[in-house]
Amino acid sequence: MIGYVVRRLLSMVLTFWAMTFVAFLIMELPPGDFATTRVSEVSAAGAKIDPAMVSRLREMYHLDAPLLERYLVWFGGVLRGDFGYSLAFNTPVNQLVASQLPNTLLVEGLTLLFMYAVAIPIGIYSAVRKYSIGDYLASVIGFVGVAVPSFLLALLLMWVAYSNFGTVLGGLQSQEFAGAALSLAKVGDIAAHLWAPVLVGGAAGMASLIRVTRANLLDELDKPYVTTARAKGLTEFRLLLKYPVRMAMSPLVSSIGWLLPSLISSSTVVAIVLNMPTLGPLLLNGLLVQDMYLAGGVLVVMAVLTLMGTLISDVLLFWLDPRVRMGVL
Amino acid sequence: MSRTLLAIRGLETHFPVAQGVVKALDGIDLELRESEMLCVVGESGSGKSAAARSILQILDRPGRVVGGQILLYRYEGDSEVPSETIDLARLDRSSREIQAVRRRDISMIFQEPMSSLSLAHTCGDQIVEAVRLRHADMSKRDAWARAVDLLKQMQLPDPALTAGQYPFQLSGGMRQRVMIAMALASEPRILIADEPTTALDVTTQAEILALLGRLQRSLGLGVIFITHDMGVVANIADRVAVMRRGKVVETGDLASIFDSPQHDYTRMLLASVQRLEQPSDLKVPATAAVPPPSGVVEPLLQVRELSKTFLTRTSLFGGSRQTLKAVDGVSFDVLPGENVGIVGESGSGKSTMARCLVGLYPASSGSMLYRKSDGKSVELVGSTRKGDDPLLREIRMIFQDPFSALNPRMTVGQIVGEPLLLGRVARGRELKERVAELLQLVGLEPKMMERYPHAFSGGQRQRIVIARAISLNPRLIVADEATSALDVSLRAQMLDLMLQLQQRLQLSYVFITHDISNIRYFCDRVVVMHQGKVVESGTVAQILDAPSMPYTQRLIASVPRPYTSKAPPLSH
Amino acid sequence: MTDIKTIDTAPSTAGFETPLRLMMRKLARHRLAQISGIVLLLLYSIALFADFLAPQDPNAYVGRFTYAPPQQLHLFDFSDGFKLAPFVYDYKVTVDPEALKRSFEINTEKKIPIQLFVPSEPYLLFGLIPLQHRFVGAADRKAPFYLLGADRLGRDMLSRLIHGARISLSIGLSGVLLSLVIGVVVGGLSGYLGGRTDMVIQRIIEFIWSLPQIPLWLGLAAAMPRDWTSLQAYLVITIILALLGWTELARVVRGKVLALKSEDFVAAARLDGAGEMRIILRHIVPSFMSHIIAVATLAIPSMILAETTLSYLGLGLQAPIVSWGVLLRESQNIRTIASAPWLLAPGFAVILTVLALNFFGDGLRDAADPYS
Repeated sequence: MIGYVVRRLLSMVLTFWAMTFVAFLIMELPPGDFATTRVSEVSAAGAKIDPAMVSRLREMYHLDAPLLERYLVWFGGVLRGDFGYSLAFNTPVNQLVASQLPNTLLVEGLTLLFMYAVAIPIGIYSAVRKYSIGDYLASVIGFVGVAVPSFLLALLLMWVAYSNFGTVLGGLQSQEFAGAALSLAKVGDIAAHLWAPVLVGGAAGMASLIRVTRANLLDELDKPYVTTARAKGLTEFRLLLKYPVRMAMSPLVSSIGWLLPSLISSSTVVAIVLNMPTLGPLLLNGLLVQDMYLAGGVLVVMAVLTLMGTLISDVLLFWLDPRVRMGVL
Repeated sequence: MSRTLLAIRGLETHFPVAQGVVKALDGIDLELRESEMLCVVGESGSGKSAAARSILQILDRPGRVVGGQILLYRYEGDSEVPSETIDLARLDRSSREIQAVRRRDISMIFQEPMSSLSLAHTCGDQIVEAVRLRHADMSKRDAWARAVDLLKQMQLPDPALTAGQYPFQLSGGMRQRVMIAMALASEPRILIADEPTTALDVTTQAEILALLGRLQRSLGLGVIFITHDMGVVANIADRVAVMRRGKVVETGDLASIFDSPQHDYTRMLLASVQRLEQPSDLKVPATAAVPPPSGVVEPLLQVRELSKTFLTRTSLFGGSRQTLKAVDGVSFDVLPGENVGIVGESGSGKSTMARCLVGLYPASSGSMLYRKSDGKSVELVGSTRKGDDPLLREIRMIFQDPFSALNPRMTVGQIVGEPLLLGRVARGRELKERVAELLQLVGLEPKMMERYPHAFSGGQRQRIVIARAISLNPRLIVADEATSALDVSLRAQMLDLMLQLQQRLQLSYVFITHDISNIRYFCDRVVVMHQGKVVESGTVAQILDAPSMPYTQRLIASVPRPYTSKAPPLSH
Repeated sequence: MTDIKTIDTAPSTAGFETPLRLMMRKLARHRLAQISGIVLLLLYSIALFADFLAPQDPNAYVGRFTYAPPQQLHLFDFSDGFKLAPFVYDYKVTVDPEALKRSFEINTEKKIPIQLFVPSEPYLLFGLIPLQHRFVGAADRKAPFYLLGADRLGRDMLSRLIHGARISLSIGLSGVLLSLVIGVVVGGLSGYLGGRTDMVIQRIIEFIWSLPQIPLWLGLAAAMPRDWTSLQAYLVITIILALLGWTELARVVRGKVLALKSEDFVAAARLDGAGEMRIILRHIVPSFMSHIIAVATLAIPSMILAETTLSYLGLGLQAPIVSWGVLLRESQNIRTIASAPWLLAPGFAVILTVLALNFFGDGLRDAADPYS
């Protein structure tokens, strides 16, 4: 048991390190560096360049050092919580990230819960009542959900809302609540804004979850232990939940591992379209102006979020499946 | 006169499939009385399993009971007259009534205890569930105590511990005992056992059969025991029902069925099983061949101290290495023209050894001296046989599973011709002719060359496998469970074919099996393996009639012989 | 398992059909897959012959007709009795001098006849064959013919949609092809060699899979210099898409190879004297190829969706390349969409393509699988 935990932690640490390396490589991809971009910006604005400032920048960020050294300096900063300095916003990156992080967690968390809470019952129903109208509908939803790009779904929703109700969907709160203290009205306002990103962000993931649940459960329903339970005299409903659903849960729980990155991925786009104050739009804005420190910082935080997801799914799996507990799997 | 518990009349069960309807049961009649063991026996496709499942209405979808009656009689106390009669065939598969029957009147045990028990719940939990389904108001603690008590009756060494364990932590035999305990927890009058020992080792099977017999007698249960093994039937049955293609062809008590079978099919079934209990007519004693001048026959293959160790669990950092010694110092000889049977239960290492003989696994240590056709001996251990190594031609293999042994994407002609092609023996027209010859040798029509394996039955496919094996005129064939996947009636045919080929082509066989009943028919000498080691070896008569080692004795004693009296009839 | 006697009297195929033909027959029975297959054939043909099929030059802008609404195509002319003479109605354009906005009304008085094989300005089909006719268009080249409306520069949406198909559909294919090559090689090696190689490759695949894809794509795409040519941009986008997409295919290939390795017929082949190469090429690869093709087909949609999303966000392909994602970039403002909803047409083209590919791929997978 200890071995399992240790191995998991070890692989998480390794993965984290690898992720920061990938993020750093992406940061380094665009030609030129921090200083030259700044210089070209400043001179394009017509202002004069102070060579001393330029060389100070170079020194501060070790811009003349070889790749590996630059990586280590940046990585060291990351471990301390210092992600560097954002060109575009003239603020330390960690401040920017910190301001968007709670919103991101809120939206992602709700979307995840929504996806599982809706997809699993539908998937179970679909499998048990195979080829019924409900099953057919569910697979249509499944197919369409996967086929529609999330940004398009967001656009369509916005269009419908605007043409029919004149409301502009998007954002997290209305103007009057911004900066106000937490109150019931404020919570209600946020909730009213949240349904769109949660629905759209979760749509694609939910669709594939339904299919996966249905497929896994169908596999389990044919297995001998289900027949044994039936032969004991259990009612169909109880036997369904206690046995095949329980067994089908294991792969579903481990699906959190790949679902979370995909969720963060699609919610990035949705957040951009719906103008949410989360990490996604922050990343895009950074990339559009090649503010690579910002981009790198956001990428690292996103990577950590997915690692958290994997950790949660591992813990849940451990609790749920005795084979994992006993080290057989 | 014991009371009738169950009466099945004209039962029909259908499975709708794409092309129409499969009649799994086409009107069968069966009767089960108290304290009676009724064995329902048949080959694959007979419908015996469908019969078992129809009773409790637990057929796999889309199967349905479409006609007939399944009358369950309930009794109060010692009354001779039933207090209640329920027709189970009329009940809906998910109705309250049938669930009530499942909870109290009839219990069932299944073939594969690993997949028939839930892996996510402890053994105790699963038994407790059955207890509480019968006694809804029993407390969890009392139910648990009852579960442990049941496990004690199953003669498990540590019932309390087992109750807390998960099925995957137990051996096959222990799992089956848990399943029996679970079935008895609902205090049924009737127990249906669907091939409960088919997946178990012979020695374990003997234990479970003994257990079931005792329980049946002490609890007065009526048991319907489904099996394909006539030996098991002879061992435990009070009455027998023989099924074929959805119909019951004959019923009767044990003695009449075995001593004076009426129906042709029953006779055929008994004959094909009992036939295997004697050496085959086709067998020419190995030493009847011209004895060499020196009077000593040189062995074709000499195996000495052969060992094979596997490494399991190579982790990324080279940690936790576990070794498994599958074959541990095995030695035996194979004389030219003789058949050596290698017998063992699961885990004995016989399959691994077969693959070492053929060169699929490199042996870890030991020696295998093979005498080639030119008289020179060559050491097989340490040599890799690849490409057009002539040794590949001389030692060939027949596989167990005729479905996975043939590449579904190649025609029969291509499959049988492959060794000829790769061995550069023949090409083009000549190849085709040779393949046609080979197919005829194994009893198939040459024009089948153009077809793909999916068109053939299991028995036909096995012949194709044999044709491939003999294509290069080998001198030694290793048959790894070659007949285990076939129905009993086909087995004798296949073994006869192999014996005929032996005479024509001057072959020797190393015959790997877990099924001892084939040995007497086919082999000259026997090697008994257990956990990687050779326990005993000798002639067929020595090992099967007078084993000296305790393990061998237990093994031979566990094999159910298809005769009602202890001693088989004297050989013809 | 209940023993059902399998119906093995005279198999209808008599065993002469190759596995490929069996698969095709199974596929033909899957109605939805058949329809999708036809739809896909149509779509890809349209993409291939885009130059010819598009009524107008996708980049030709006409200032007068910015945001012109779609014109309905009338097939029959009732004014002179009953005639098969396709036409559209002209616009009546009024300009609001204060808001500087154009508004369009259908002018039922003026008809613009539509013909097949209209003469047009010269162009090169496939960039090679000089042609002077287009498939369909207005007889009078100067007349407005906007079946799907016009965009903010007066460009014909239908033509742009057709040309966009070429880029969007082909990127899907090329991305998947590249993924297929990488996936088969890596997955095959991993499954076949086993041991440490397998373990290392598995870890790498798991790692790549745990990365959030779109942010990484964004990052990679952002690094592309703005001044690259269309062809370079196209290639780089393809590579970026494939770089993150090969893992799924590799996983499937590895699974199949592992399962096949332990099949008896592979052992038999080795005993027959087959070398490793022959075993791989003759025994293992043919056994999983059809399944892999099915999985690859199912991977195309994610490539198309990815390119569309990237281009929509401004980080993928850029104007003057025309892809569906680039087209959708025009519809970022909700008020613009509300007043000119035909700008969302490329979105529906994407949905249609993805649905067709998914149904077809599903059908392929069902047909390929339970056989062997």
